[in-house]
Amino acid sequence: MSILNRLLAATALAAMIVPGTAYAGGTVEVLHWWTSGGEAKAVGELKKAFEAQGGKWIDSPIAGGGGDAAMTALRARVMAGNPPAAVQLKGPGIQEWAKQGALNDVQDVASKENWDSVLPPVLAAIMKYEGKYVAAPVNIHRVDWIWANPQVLAKVGITEMPKTWDEFNADAEKLKAAGITPLAHGGQPWQDATIFEDVVLGVGGAAFYRKAIVELDQGALTSDTMIRSFDQLRKLRGDVDPNFSGRDWNLATAMVMKGEAAFQIMGDWAKGEFLAAGKKPGVDFLCSPTPGGAFNLNSDSFTFFKVKGADRLEGQKVLASLIMSPGFQETFNLAKGSIPARTDVKLDKFDSCALKSQADLVAAIKSDSLVPSMAHEMAVPRTVRGEFLDLVTNFFNSDMTSAEAVKQLAAGVKRAQMQ
Amino acid sequence: MLSGRKRSSTVWVLFERWLPKIVVSPLFAASLFFVYGFIAWTVYISFTRSGVMPNYELAGLSQYVRLWSTPRWYVALTNLFIFTSLFIVFCTGIGIMLAILLDQRIRIEGAIRTIYLYPMALSFIVTGTAWKWILNPGLGIERLAHTLGFMNFHFDWLVNPDMAIYTVVIAGVWQSSGYVMALFLAGLRSVDDEIIRAAAIDGAGPLRTYAGIILPIVRPMFLSSFIILAHLAIKSFDLVIALTGGGPGYATDMPATFMYSFAFQRSELGTAAASAVMMLVTILAIIVPYLYSELREAKR
Repeated sequence: MSILNRLLAATALAAMIVPGTAYAGGTVEVLHWWTSGGEAKAVGELKKAFEAQGGKWIDSPIAGGGGDAAMTALRARVMAGNPPAAVQLKGPGIQEWAKQGALNDVQDVASKENWDSVLPPVLAAIMKYEGKYVAAPVNIHRVDWIWANPQVLAKVGITEMPKTWDEFNADAEKLKAAGITPLAHGGQPWQDATIFEDVVLGVGGAAFYRKAIVELDQGALTSDTMIRSFDQLRKLRGDVDPNFSGRDWNLATAMVMKGEAAFQIMGDWAKGEFLAAGKKPGVDFLCSPTPGGAFNLNSDSFTFFKVKGADRLEGQKVLASLIMSPGFQETFNLAKGSIPARTDVKLDKFDSCALKSQADLVAAIKSDSLVPSMAHEMAVPRTVRGEFLDLVTNFFNSDMTSAEAVKQLAAGVKRAQMQ
Repeated sequence: MLSGRKRSSTVWVLFERWLPKIVVSPLFAASLFFVYGFIAWTVYISFTRSGVMPNYELAGLSQYVRLWSTPRWYVALTNLFIFTSLFIVFCTGIGIMLAILLDQRIRIEGAIRTIYLYPMALSFIVTGTAWKWILNPGLGIERLAHTLGFMNFHFDWLVNPDMAIYTVVIAGVWQSSGYVMALFLAGLRSVDDEIIRAAAIDGAGPLRTYAGIILPIVRPMFLSSFIILAHLAIKSFDLVIALTGGGPGYATDMPATFMYSFAFQRSELGTAAASAVMMLVTILAIIVPYLYSELREAKR
């Protein structure tokens, strides 16, 4: 028998077998909105790894509106009783869907691979519903970073990154005196809220942050500490250039890169912009945590929806296991600029900022100063987050007093909680 | 045989009589379901506690209470009022002025008319994006004035929360006044030349002729342009999204962008539905009296 014949026979056999036969690794349909640059590459890694295990991957990327379009599609799919197997969905959004009874748990995979022992407890709690894992985290982003351009800082004689907000304000005055914009910022609600929560973390510390922003304690929301946080936010408002409204975050990062501004307060996805422009950490740009000695956590995850059929259930389990595998966590996060969600992955290939992030994460878990980000949908439901965003962005763009701001914030949060 | 043919011809007659209704009925059913059915569904949802997914348990007026205690909703309503009134006044004013000037039988009128009408061919997204660049202090007019040497020149409306809504008016008027011009130009051309000549013989100047005679004759045009502009203004969404994104902060929020952000960004379907119902009621308040007067005139 010639090779050709054998090949033909094999193809014919395969053609006969394939329809109706499950793939070895099962089938998954994955709904996500990672369609640009490093993100698309990162999700491509997941697809490759899944297919390498013999599974069939159905890609459903829905771009637009920062995930709003995908959520609309998801709603329709769930209503029609045909949800995708895994959805890029995070934070309390997971709980919202779980309460609707729309999710499958992957607890047997999680128990077998002992996820509890490798994930930070704060993050594990977000992934679980009624004690069972319904989602798997792919990464950890740190939200409380200050990025800086050392050449610009050197011009006004700043040699160290600010450790407190007072130091930051002093540096900002020096920069302003030299005619340099101290803070590169984009006036979009989520960016305003990112700065706000980092300020609260620095002014009040992790325990206060948790009480006010995670537990939504009315007393904490109207406390003097919160008023002081808004005072600091008002100071930062004076540090941005007049043209900041509506600017995208990556354009703000570019301002730091080009030396038009000194600092940017932004999560570590900003690092991806620096690296993509060929800049070196520690040389062309500096990274240091915002004041407070805590760790503000943001994490992307895949949430598992209620699919039926052995083939799809199998695919879901294989995917869950794959997402949490150390090898995948390494390749994915090298592409995306974040650090692995597992705390036991070796970081030999990562840069100095990522190493710092990992070390601080471990320290923060020990000292109980790891907090979930509100601005990035990790801490509170979207309804409450919306009230925070409205108030903070309104404060940032008006001359509202801090006392008025805390009053309105507390009222808004109460309103949203009544829902 | 004969009776057979007769029967088939009656069937044919019946068929012919019913054909238009048969052809129209799927469309009718579709609009009944997709327009009025979903309006009813939205109204129902506005009386429930729906969050991320619809929830069909009635909860009274709680969503309306929530809506009317949200400061952002008042901002949206104020903006709608400012935008709608200025948009209609300026579009109509500029439109009439252009129409009257073009009505003077000038040369290359066709070309000029096309130039003024062209913005209408653009989508609001394009208009919004272009004006975003023009009005951006770091890119557009202000920068231009600075490079020309006028360093004191200030035009930062786009990033000023108190003035940003007026930039939306500017872009909207630029887009739509050409359309009003075309509407009125058609109206002016339909006025009988005899009347105009009679007025001239009676010694009326051009101002008097237009203000006292021609504009009153084309009065129905005002109503049509008002209706068209008002509904454009109330449902304005894309222009705001492209021009300011609702910002700075939420200073240029409108009911439509408010509804979008509550339904799709904040998982509050109930509150979003309540705001949609408020928009519907607003439109009905304008459309119903208009339809009423139209139908009554038709009957007479």
